[in-house]
Formats: sequence, structure tokens, C-alpha cells
Amino acid sequence: MAGSVLEIKNLHVEIEGKEILKGVDLTIKGGEFHAIMGPNGTGKSTLASAIMGHPSYEITDGTITLDGEDVLEMEVDERARAGLFLAMQYPSEISGVTTSDFLRSAINARRGEGNEVSLMKFIKGLDEDLDYLEIDKNMATRYLNEGFSGGEKKRNEILQLMQLKPEIAILDEIDSGLDIDALKVVSKGINKMRNENFGCLIITHYQRLLNYITPDYVHVMMRGRVVKSGGPELAKRLEAEGYDWIKEELGIEDETVEQNA
Amino acid sequence: MTVETKLPYNKEYIEQFSTSRNEPEWMKTLRLQALEQAEELEMPKPDKTKITRWNFSNFKHEYTEGKSIESIKDLPEILQDYFDQENVPQNLLIQRNHSVAYATLSDDLKDKGVIFTDIFTALKEHSDLVEKYFMKEAVSIDQNKLTALHAALLNSGAFIYVPKNVEIEDPLQVVFWQENPETALFNHVIVVADENSKVTFVENYISNNDDQETVANIVEEVIAHDGAKISFGAVDNLAAGTTSYVNRRGVAYNDATIDWALGQMNDGNTVSENITHLIGNGATSKANAVSVGRGKQIQNFTANIVQHGKATDGFILQRGVMKDSATTIFNAIGKIEHGGTKANSEQESRVLMLSPKARGDANPILLIEEDDVTAGHAASVGRVDPIQMYYLMSRGLAKEDAERLVIHGFLAPVVNELPIESVKKQLTQVIERKVY
Repeated sequence: MAGSVLEIKNLHVEIEGKEILKGVDLTIKGGEFHAIMGPNGTGKSTLASAIMGHPSYEITDGTITLDGEDVLEMEVDERARAGLFLAMQYPSEISGVTTSDFLRSAINARRGEGNEVSLMKFIKGLDEDLDYLEIDKNMATRYLNEGFSGGEKKRNEILQLMQLKPEIAILDEIDSGLDIDALKVVSKGINKMRNENFGCLIITHYQRLLNYITPDYVHVMMRGRVVKSGGPELAKRLEAEGYDWIKEELGIEDETVEQNA
Repeated sequence: MTVETKLPYNKEYIEQFSTSRNEPEWMKTLRLQALEQAEELEMPKPDKTKITRWNFSNFKHEYTEGKSIESIKDLPEILQDYFDQENVPQNLLIQRNHSVAYATLSDDLKDKGVIFTDIFTALKEHSDLVEKYFMKEAVSIDQNKLTALHAALLNSGAFIYVPKNVEIEDPLQVVFWQENPETALFNHVIVVADENSKVTFVENYISNNDDQETVANIVEEVIAHDGAKISFGAVDNLAAGTTSYVNRRGVAYNDATIDWALGQMNDGNTVSENITHLIGNGATSKANAVSVGRGKQIQNFTANIVQHGKATDGFILQRGVMKDSATTIFNAIGKIEHGGTKANSEQESRVLMLSPKARGDANPILLIEEDDVTAGHAASVGRVDPIQMYYLMSRGLAKEDAERLVIHGFLAPVVNELPIESVKKQLTQVIERKVY
């Protein structure tokens, strides 16, 4: 079997005592691109944060495993070293730490002691990816995300994705705030990652990203659950008709988690 | 322990000490007057820190020789780190206890009339010049009990003079190595840059007395004449047994610049004041300082830029990291005197707390007696942001490594200002040692 398998079963997640996810089931295998769509406030980003181990979210029930290993038992850094990656919707700004120093530390953290990447090889690889993503070279020497525009931050997340080469990546609204040119570049980077060992979960509420990255599977989230799954054609239909037909089909009046108590 | 009101050393002792050092008559007289003043004067009162129970009286003062060395390879390993072995500074003075262990100065600078020597040699060979600057324009003897005691008991130091129009590219570096664990350091440094000259000076204070108690009473006077530029870097790294009083003062005349980059890494209780007077028009100063507090140490840092001239620019940047049950007060004071029109004054003090028992306090203060000026300040005391940690860890960095990055990043704006690469590296190592 090629690649890794991320398996999410019956996942329930709370934030500040309020339940946001109410039983999510999802399996992502190496080589597969999944898209999760859905209106705002339905739990999409919570799913991404819960998988990575965001400190504000509490898992109350269910399991997440990566190749059979219990992800929920792992610290955030252990999850990353096991092969998970989350491109964040709002990346932190880290003053005083250059993007390239940070990237080299992160690469070496995954490679482990005694197996560090050589400086020359690192610089060469970084330059290639910077070119590929049409990022100005001086970003490498700027402090991580500090003073970056929204678009620069998103490109930087994809740069990190390409540099760290995880087994499974989750992209949380990587398209928000991007103009069409930036969207194309970011998509180009993500598509370059596509191979049988790389699995990807793309979270978005716009279909437009999926014009550039064709998913193998499309899932719709409402009220903290996956309510509908299908192929790329499902995304097309959502673009054409919106979400109302699904709500009607499932008898949902309010799709958000908020008022679903 | 309480401060003894009676001084540990008397008139006869000081007379004899001065004679044994072959000092000029004026210095002996100055010492004796200072001793009398010390008896009357009060201890300094740093804002928000009580120092009445600190050890300022238990120390050995006697002149202590240190063995001289042939090359810096003869130094113990802990000191080797202070130099780039490939690129040993051309202009280097190593003071071991109270004597000179090693001294070099390039022929080029000697020919240009640059003076770079220990304080006793300077008192002998350049008596008039030392007398002109010694505790006159910058620090006054009667500022407080400790400055007066300093003058009376001075037992080591360095004197640097750069003549008019001489621009020095290679830095001058001095290492004050307190090898003997009980000997006190009454260390005096004078740096004078004459008109339109330029110099980079870097100093290191090092000791290893974790258990034995002693005192460092340090006074430094930095004077930039018209059009001169002084870049002053320091790494203070005295051990836990040393109680330190550090008084670094600058005076800048017309269009002169004094930029400070201070790594305040002592492990013992420390009061450190860094005051710069911008006397001339168009004078500028940046006062950058970092500190790491650990254990139970108590520290008080004051940075103060006093702007007298017109169109002066003063910028204070303080960064501190506090761990264990360390306590540190940061005072950043910008003062614009009457007549200082078009002056600009900025202060920024930020403290990062790594332990719930640590105490940190950042006090930016603006005192303005003129209308036509600009000024601003910022201060914060906070903890490491858990969301930043989450972000860094989500890329595979272990918690300690992520925290280390955040701390180095936090201190970087000051560390990066240090003028010598090897000293910057060394400060980074000291920070690493103190934080972990």
C-alpha cells in the first residue's frame, strides 16, 4: 500500500464547553485529494485544528489514527513528525526568527539528530521552491510571517508544505484572501505535491479553488458532521446550485453548529 | 546581611594603595577626598528595588595580579568562546584580576595616536588626559555613596582615547576576567572619541564565583566630542556571588553619536544604570539592552537619555526574559530638557515571563520640558504566546526548541545590534546557558 492512512472516526470536539463536531467520520489515504466544503460555521476549521492538536479544542469522543497510531495521544510536534501538516488559516507571526532559520529547524526536527540536511542542499531546495511559488527571495531572510500580507502568508504556508513534504496535509482555507493570480500559484504548488504517497484534505467554502486542484472526493459539512460525500461532480453542483438543495434533502433548516443545541 | 555604615578601608590604606600603584598626586588626593565624601553620601535608590540588604561591603580589595599569557590559546575554554579563533581581534586587552594578561594594538593605530591601555598605565603615561575626563563630565564622584567609593577604591580598568579625525574600522575589545573569586572589581573605563573620530568598543565581564561573595563596582564614562561616533557593546557575565553596581554614562556633543548594545547577563544581584546626555545639537543615541534573569536574582536596569541639544534623537530598547523566581525592573526614561526643540525621544521595554514565580516590571517614562518635540513609548510584560508555540510545534519542533526560537527571536532586535560577530555569538551562547 502506498502512502499513509489518516482515519477519523466518530470525532466529537468541544471548545469552551460547546460541542462543535458531533461525530465526523473520514478516511484519507496517500494519493487521494479530499475537499471539505460547507458554509461558514459548520465545523470545517475545527476539524483541521482538532487533527493537528490546537490547544483550545477538546476531543470528547472518537478516534484519529495515522497508520494505526493514535494521533490523539501525540503532542502537536509528534503529530508533525509522524507526517501530518496543517496549512493554517491564520499563521502566527514570529518576530526575530527568519523564515529560512525556522524552516531548517523544522526540516531537521523531522529528519532527526545526526541526519540533518546540509546547508548547501537546504539553500538549493529552498531557492527552487521559492522560484516555483514566485516568492521574492528576500522572504527567506524576513522574520516568519511578520508584516507579511495575507497573500504572502498563504504562499509561505505552501512553501513550508513543499519543504517539509508531509504524508498527509490539511489545508485550512488556503484560498481565502487570495487574488486569482496568487490562487493559481498556490494551486500550482499544491498540485506539485501530488503523488501516490501524499494525501491532502482541502478545506474551503469556495468552489473556485477546485477549478485549479481537482479533488478525488468532495464532502459537505453541516452541523458538525459530514452530511454528504461524492466525487468532483458534487463540487460542480454546489457551485451551480448552492447548498440549499442539500439542506432540503436532509431536512436541515439551520446548517451551522451555533444554533443547533 | 546589612550594609555596614563604617567603610571597610580607611585613609591610610588608600594612601598606601595609591603609592604602591605609582599614581600621580592628583589621583591620590582625589581618592582621599572621595573617601571622605563616601562617608557622608547615601546609597543609590533605584526605583522599585530595595538594595539595603545587598552585599556591598563583603569583599577583598587588595590589588591582585593575574598570570599573563602568550596567546589567547592559553586561556581556559570558557574564555576561548569569546573569540573567533580564525580571526583574533587585532586590538585586544585582557585584564586578569587587576593586571594586564594580554594586550595588542595595531601599529597603524599606535601611529595615529590611539591610546588603548589599562587604567594604571594611563594614569602614569597620560596623566593629564585621564585627569581631564576622570569623573568630571560623565559620572560625578558625589552622585552617591557607591560612586564615591568607586573613586576611592578603584583597582582596575581601561582607558581609550581616539584622536581627532581618526576613524577606526577594527573594533577595540577588552575582557575583564575576574579570576579570583573573592577579589572585588572597582573597574573604571573611559572611552573618549575626539572630534570627528569613530570607534567601536566592546567589553566583556567574566567571573566564576558562584559561591564566594564579592562586589563589582563599575563606572564607565563614554565621551563623544563634536561629530564623533562611538559604538559601544558589552556583555556582562559576572557569576552569582558577585553583587554588581554598574554605572555607564555617555556624553555626546554636537552631531555626535553614542550607540549602546548591552547584554546584561550577570547572575548575581545587579543595579545597572545607563545614562546618556545629548548635550550638543543633532546628537543621537540608541540604548539597546537585553537581560535574562534566573534563580533568585534581583536586578534593576535603568536606561535614560537626557536630551539637552536641539534636534537630538534618543531611542531606548530594552528586552528581558525572566525565569525561576528572578525579579527585574526595567526603567526606560526619555527626558527632553528646556531648549531641546525638534528632539525625538522613543522608549520601548518588553519583558517575557517564563515562570509564574518570576517578577518583571517595565516602566517607560517621558519627561518633557519643551513643546516642539516628538516622543513615544511602549511597554509590555507577557508570557510566551501558546498560539505561537502551537504554530511552531505544528511544524515538528519540540516544545523546548519552539520556546528557544521564540526567546531568541524576542531578544534578536538587541542581540543583532552588537558590533562584533564573535561577541554576538557569545552573547547568544550566554543567553542559551541562562535560559536552559
